[in-house]
Amino acid sequence: MVLTGAEIVVRCLQEEKVEYVFGYPGGAVLFLYDELFKQDAVRHVLVRHEQAAVHAADGYARTTDRVGVALVTSGPGATNAVTGIATAYMDSIPLVIISGQVPTAAIGLDAFQEVDTVGITRPCVKHNFLVKDVRDIAETIKKAFHIARTGRPGPVLVDIPKDVSAQRCEFAYPKSVSIRSYNPVLKGHSGQVRKAVQLLLEAKRPMIYTGGGVILSDAAAKLTRLARLLDFPVTNTLMGLGGFPASDRQFVGMLGMHGTYEANMAMHYCDVLLAVGARFDDRVIGNTAHFTQEPRRIVHVDIDPSSISKRVKVDVPIVGDVGEVLDEMIAVLEAERARPDAAALADWWRQVEQWRSRDSLGFRNSDEIIKPQFVVSKLWELMGDELIVTTDVGQHQMWAAQYCRFDQPRRWATSGGLGTMGFGLPAAMGAQFAHPDKPVACITGEGSIQMCIQELSTCKQYRLPLKVLSLNNRYLGMVRQWQEIFHGNRYSESYMDSLPDFAKLAEAYGHIGLQVTRPGDVEGALREAFARKNDLVFIDFQIDPTENVYPMIQGGKGLNEMILSSEDL
Amino acid sequence: MRHVLSLLLENEAGALSRVSGLFSSRGYNIESLTVAPTEDASLSRMTVVTTGSDDVVEQITKQLNKLVDVVKVVDVSEAPHIERELLLAKVRAIGPAREEMKRMADIFRGRIVDVSETTYVIELTGTQDKLDSFLAAISSELILETTRSGVCGIGRGDRVLKV
Repeated sequence: MVLTGAEIVVRCLQEEKVEYVFGYPGGAVLFLYDELFKQDAVRHVLVRHEQAAVHAADGYARTTDRVGVALVTSGPGATNAVTGIATAYMDSIPLVIISGQVPTAAIGLDAFQEVDTVGITRPCVKHNFLVKDVRDIAETIKKAFHIARTGRPGPVLVDIPKDVSAQRCEFAYPKSVSIRSYNPVLKGHSGQVRKAVQLLLEAKRPMIYTGGGVILSDAAAKLTRLARLLDFPVTNTLMGLGGFPASDRQFVGMLGMHGTYEANMAMHYCDVLLAVGARFDDRVIGNTAHFTQEPRRIVHVDIDPSSISKRVKVDVPIVGDVGEVLDEMIAVLEAERARPDAAALADWWRQVEQWRSRDSLGFRNSDEIIKPQFVVSKLWELMGDELIVTTDVGQHQMWAAQYCRFDQPRRWATSGGLGTMGFGLPAAMGAQFAHPDKPVACITGEGSIQMCIQELSTCKQYRLPLKVLSLNNRYLGMVRQWQEIFHGNRYSESYMDSLPDFAKLAEAYGHIGLQVTRPGDVEGALREAFARKNDLVFIDFQIDPTENVYPMIQGGKGLNEMILSSEDL
Repeated sequence: MRHVLSLLLENEAGALSRVSGLFSSRGYNIESLTVAPTEDASLSRMTVVTTGSDDVVEQITKQLNKLVDVVKVVDVSEAPHIERELLLAKVRAIGPAREEMKRMADIFRGRIVDVSETTYVIELTGTQDKLDSFLAAISSELILETTRSGVCGIGRGDRVLKV
């Protein structure tokens, strides 16, 4: 069957069973939009800015196990998408981004809306392609989806010049794909797996530390099974929340800069560490030299060999898919019928419980002024059973991570690696498209929300009943917190003057806006918002502007040097 | 430590910039980089000379392997190997220097491949060290222009880098 390039692109998306394409039209993608118009299998969501298209596709991918798809035009369409692409790249989220390009003959001539999209995105994609021949489109898109979802997932961009989308050729979607230079290792090396299990069994003070890899590999159930067999404490990174049930006794909370005291202390003083799908990020272990002073043996499971021994040297590296390797470890453990040293483990748990008893997430609530921790705790108390949460970046993000207690994976979408303000609202849109019947909340702040607030219009168009919960402290709170602690209270440009009336702004977009100023009204407002199942409700919580995120590890300090409150400063 | 990495990569537009971009974005050193298609037209072979601790070079190798266009990476300097580089040097050749340059080229087993009334172009191949010593041995005022190819490396014996 002879089709145009544009028809081929749409047919490929259909073959990949793509439900939604998040995008924005423009000159270089007119043929593609024309073909989208003629069919209804693939639905297009018109965002208001290309950054939001990619974040929405990203939110869709994070809350499902599918590849998110975005479509943007050449030039500014592509450059606007870059922040979204880099966000997905840092967090290993599988996306396919299709961008239009000026006609082949115009490339390199500084044509209208021309930019070297493949060049600009090269450092922030898993791979990208410029398709110069219509006959290559189908195979390229097949490869793009394959590369995006396999191995360590990531965004893949396909740049298609306008003339290529108009040319015709015979179409057949390839059944399979093989790339000689790309063959991710899935199964762990059995000798290494045995060595790892042996090490775990010898541990006196063991710890399991897991990251986004557990979520991406859909391995939460396997992790839980292994952890229960061993009865070791478990901590999750920011990206890994939901990988192990937060309500489980073995869960010691998130670790890292704003992690719990017990998680960081156990991480620091353990003698055997099982790291699964995590990468010893600087926000997680703080000062590497300090971390490695304490002797401990480390087993590191990751599908990306370059993540292993990148920041911290490990003793037993295992390259493979997290799910597969956990299965292999469980099988070895069950065959051995050996169990860890019960007496040592009991001692270790006593120590961990003692750390836990410091109640590092405890906060002093107030009757006078709304505490952000109270808002998130209340939200979780009311809606935790089924809520999907997205966030922006800053103090509210940390409070959300600390006080939402995820028992399941893929309920949490936050920009961990890149730390992208503006992520929360469009990501929530993607999550709501993926889960039309589930409540989706975007926890945000008055700074972040203004970076993609135009998407309230998209939400109206598609009747997305999101709950936008803004913790408004009139400051870029995390910046202000650092200025307070490290820069002598000089609040350089962190005060947000001339803020809009957010409730009225939400109403102007056709939504419901509420402003809450008293602690006593928090619960009622949340109840009302979630009771409105068909409406987007924006709640502007006027919170305590002086509240800081604790506990905290200052930059350059070690995991065992936590500050639990402002009194420790 | 100095390392000589040999890569086979897909002979596609952009493959070179993926490799060079990786080095610059991650802050790795490139001492020299040379690339050309192989007898298999779908593949290019690249030799990168880099310096770094063993940990850094391990990361470089892993990061290179992660690039979708990179088919194979070996550190040829890990085992006995041969390195060669080509130098073309345009030198002043007038008066006593004309004879002197001819003699130096002979000593270093170079060849004079272009002659004018006032200049020679000397072609010399060898290790980086040999080319460096040649340039050090001739008077710097006589050197008009030089161009070097960067290092090519290949393992000795039956070690083969092939798909």
